[in-house]
Amino acid sequence: MKPGWEMVIGLEVHCELRTATKLFCGCPNLFGDEPNTNVCPVCLGLPGSLPVLNQKAVELAMAIGTALNCEIRPSTFHRKNYFYPDQAKDYQISQYDEPINVDGYLDLPDGSRVGIERAHMEEDTGKTTHAGASGRIHGADYSLVDYNRSGVPLVEIVSAPDMRSSAQARAYATELRAMLVASGASDGKMEEGSMRVDANISVRRSSDDPFGTRCEIKNLNSVRSLGRAIEYEADRQIAIIETGESVVQQTRHWDEDAGRTQTLRSKEDAYDYRYFLEPDLVPLVPDGEWIRAVADTMGMMPAARRSRLVDLLDPAGEVSDSQADQVATVVDLGLDDLVIAAVANGVGSGLALARTANEAATDAEAARKVDPDSYVALLTMEDSGALTATQSKTVLADLLAAGGGDPAALAAAKGYEAMSEDSLASAVAEVVAAHPDAWGRYCSDDEGDRKKMAGMLTGLVMKATRGQADGKAVAAELQRLRG
Amino acid sequence: MTAPRPTIGLANAVRSGGRSALEVVEEHLAAIEAGDGAIHAFNLVTADLARHQAGAVDRMVADGEDPGPLAGVPVALKDNLCTRGVPTTCSSRILAGWKPPYDATVVERLRAAGAVVVGKTNMDEFAMGSSTETSATGPTRNPHDTTRVPGGSSGGSAAAVAAGFVPLALGSDTGGSIRQPAALCGVVGLKPTYGTVSRYGLVAFASSLDQIGPFAATVADAALLFDVIGGHDPADSTSLNRPTPRVVSVLDDGVAGITVGVLTEFLDGAAPDVAARVHQAAEALAAAGARVEEVSVPEVTLGLSAYYLIAPGEASSNLARYDGVRYGLRVDSEDTATMNTATRSSGFGAEVKRRIMLGTYVLSAGYMDAYYNQALKVRTRIIEGFATAYRRYDVLLGPTTPTTAFPLGEKTADPLQMYLSDVCTIPTNLAGHPAISVPFGTGYDGLPVGVQLLGPALSEGTVMKVAAVVEAAAPTIGVPVLSGEARS
Amino acid sequence: MTKPAPLTRDDVAHVAALARLELTDEELDLFTGQLAEVLDHAADVAALDLSDVAPTAHAMAVTNVLRPDEVRPVLDRDEVLAAAPSVEDHRFRVPRILGEAP
Repeated sequence: MKPGWEMVIGLEVHCELRTATKLFCGCPNLFGDEPNTNVCPVCLGLPGSLPVLNQKAVELAMAIGTALNCEIRPSTFHRKNYFYPDQAKDYQISQYDEPINVDGYLDLPDGSRVGIERAHMEEDTGKTTHAGASGRIHGADYSLVDYNRSGVPLVEIVSAPDMRSSAQARAYATELRAMLVASGASDGKMEEGSMRVDANISVRRSSDDPFGTRCEIKNLNSVRSLGRAIEYEADRQIAIIETGESVVQQTRHWDEDAGRTQTLRSKEDAYDYRYFLEPDLVPLVPDGEWIRAVADTMGMMPAARRSRLVDLLDPAGEVSDSQADQVATVVDLGLDDLVIAAVANGVGSGLALARTANEAATDAEAARKVDPDSYVALLTMEDSGALTATQSKTVLADLLAAGGGDPAALAAAKGYEAMSEDSLASAVAEVVAAHPDAWGRYCSDDEGDRKKMAGMLTGLVMKATRGQADGKAVAAELQRLRG
Repeated sequence: MTAPRPTIGLANAVRSGGRSALEVVEEHLAAIEAGDGAIHAFNLVTADLARHQAGAVDRMVADGEDPGPLAGVPVALKDNLCTRGVPTTCSSRILAGWKPPYDATVVERLRAAGAVVVGKTNMDEFAMGSSTETSATGPTRNPHDTTRVPGGSSGGSAAAVAAGFVPLALGSDTGGSIRQPAALCGVVGLKPTYGTVSRYGLVAFASSLDQIGPFAATVADAALLFDVIGGHDPADSTSLNRPTPRVVSVLDDGVAGITVGVLTEFLDGAAPDVAARVHQAAEALAAAGARVEEVSVPEVTLGLSAYYLIAPGEASSNLARYDGVRYGLRVDSEDTATMNTATRSSGFGAEVKRRIMLGTYVLSAGYMDAYYNQALKVRTRIIEGFATAYRRYDVLLGPTTPTTAFPLGEKTADPLQMYLSDVCTIPTNLAGHPAISVPFGTGYDGLPVGVQLLGPALSEGTVMKVAAVVEAAAPTIGVPVLSGEARS
Repeated sequence: MTKPAPLTRDDVAHVAALARLELTDEELDLFTGQLAEVLDHAADVAALDLSDVAPTAHAMAVTNVLRPDEVRPVLDRDEVLAAAPSVEDHRFRVPRILGEAP
């Protein structure tokens, strides 16, 4: 970002809801099936078919609204009329001027708050593939349409233009994604298209200035492309303004390979959608009891889960930046319950967090499925010195690969056994005898020297015992010998 | 006095084994074969399917099972009701040959009641018209005078019952499309309360107004068919989830103590011969014990204008899906947008295009508030006007149509004049109320006149028991004489 | 309510394009006249002061019609595709698409 400029960013996030069936019909809501196998008269837009609203979709939309601190209101559906071959009825059923969720906010881990204007329900379109060399719409000879996705329930979450940097926008998308997953509303898979982000961006010289002319960027398929596209687009707009020109309000397409945005259409092409109330559906009027019942079934949201972990580390809430990062990682990956379980069984909170954020996180999918009892047992062995850190990490990899098991048995199979106190003491004694200079400096009063030599001597003991010695036990033995 | 129930007699004969369903259906197929060349009531006669269904009914009877209250009764379906594997065209080129992969809810209910579907009837294209002349398969002719229109848009169903091709038929009524042709063809036609009959499988014209309803020769037969097709359907969100009036059981209750308001606004625009029949029907009701008074509901005069903003608005969206992609006609072109345009321009007739354009216009930016939203407010006023009247009157009485059947071709060049023939039927659709047209003698030209009874929501029982009294007092209408033996 | 501007031939052409209909010059003239006549008849409605009246979109006031999230039978793909004008690779085939969805 060029100095002397400020970005103004608002995000529109579409997320597919995790229902068994589509929004208005009983067809399975499944990704990746054979084309046109999950279709019926309703989602194919056959003459005479009629939509009936999916209760679960409504409840997930309400859950999103609850998690985003929205007001959940009586709402209606409209028809958005436009011709396009992936739109089976040539109109989309969407909530328009009376959406179910309005006026909420999302707090980000850095403490900033992003306003939520609305989070409304609508149906997804079918999927078009373009035949021809490019595989893209331009230059294709013809296209093929699969309606399996037609009618899949979506919630579109529209933020206020509250974000001021690409990092904040990325943090918002990441936090929103974690919230959607935690609430059970969506699987949040950007790569499969179940979470899709459009960004509205403008720039201005000062936060006192009115908003500049904005452009909407589409085709952002990852949090990383979101960040890149925002940076590119802000620079583009600044360059335009600095040459004395004006930014033209338009919709632009992010080209990931080229690393740039391209014009899709300008505001002059604004389409007349002729929104009108969908006569085939009736108003939705959730009462307080229903809203509370939905809220009661929801899991904890990421912010609450982060503070739960911080409380474990330090009830005063004072944690280091690196631990805060570890907390964010385990919550984002949905591994915080493993940390909680370990600490509840007496494992030190620092160890439980570090092992989960650093090692378990490298295969989060396996870690989410691992038997928590096995995981806790392993960390207990490490915490008590029965396994060294190195050994523990190796056993953890096996545990994740197997989905669980007895960590003691896995350790034994590797030949890991905790060294007896006697053999540890003799190993330390041998190293001390062989390195009198180092020992001498360790015994000196120079604090820095002693720390340096402690590390070196410990390393030598570890080497001599081929990693079987526990680092903490070695340190204790050195301390004892020094007297 | 008991209202005549020819169909109930027919069904009971089949249920008891007195008549075979196959024999009944063969008689009706023969009548269609002999007479429909002159009428063109049917787009498609499903003779083999009908014989198959009739055979199944007969086997049930032989096995000691009850096929249901419409056992072996031949029924014709307006060609906008989806029938699985059987072409459903809405009398449009754009759907020519389209075979739905599913049955409309009403079709399932007919089958479950033992009825035998004999074919799909002609209609104005996508139910847009009042004379069945906008059909892409050519007009239906009025069995009482083949130089005249049968009315529309359900002209084929009305004519099929009038000609004796079938005892029962289904139509759909968006602005009068059941009652107006029933009146012009001299049969009974009921537009039920919105939400009492499932619209699932009815090809939509204007979703907030469309309602399926019965045609029959008598009020009691129409009541029987309504009882079979009505009731809650979870596949239609606008289907009322509350007990549907059961009509047959109250038909003979009489009108003692019933209050009837004769709607002056409807009489004002009616031809003198039609108005005279309405007064005669009012006198008959008074003679039978009803309290009859004239009543003014000024709001109904706004109905036509509001309807021709609301219905085309909804239709323009409902008919967008005919784009040449998934089913029906495609006129191929270089690109998809041009293909859509070529397909629609070739596949839709002039009246459908007119209404799509009118509807697109009233919904478009800059005009939505002045036209469409304003019409929705008028709709509120009409409902309020009726509500005031129904605080004093159980039912309202008026003509169904301003005139008797008009000559073919008379109004096709002047859409507004055509639209005006629905002026007495439209307000009911806007209010969502029930109304029935009952034949009541003829006009000066010897053609049938229909009188209309209107009631508040879910008052089908009251409306139809009053209709039964009107029917009993009605001067007879000549039986249409067709080439060949038309009546079984 | 102020009276809306009268319908022009250009309006009809614009609306036809929005509705994906192609009209000949004769049709354009004919429809302009006919639609103007219908709208003129509707002028009584457009002229009413109804600012204090709530619109009615549904004649019967019903709310919260929902279905359980249970899978229902799907259509047979062959039957579905048999109705299509053009099919390739079990998908609906259309000619080239000139732009993204609006």
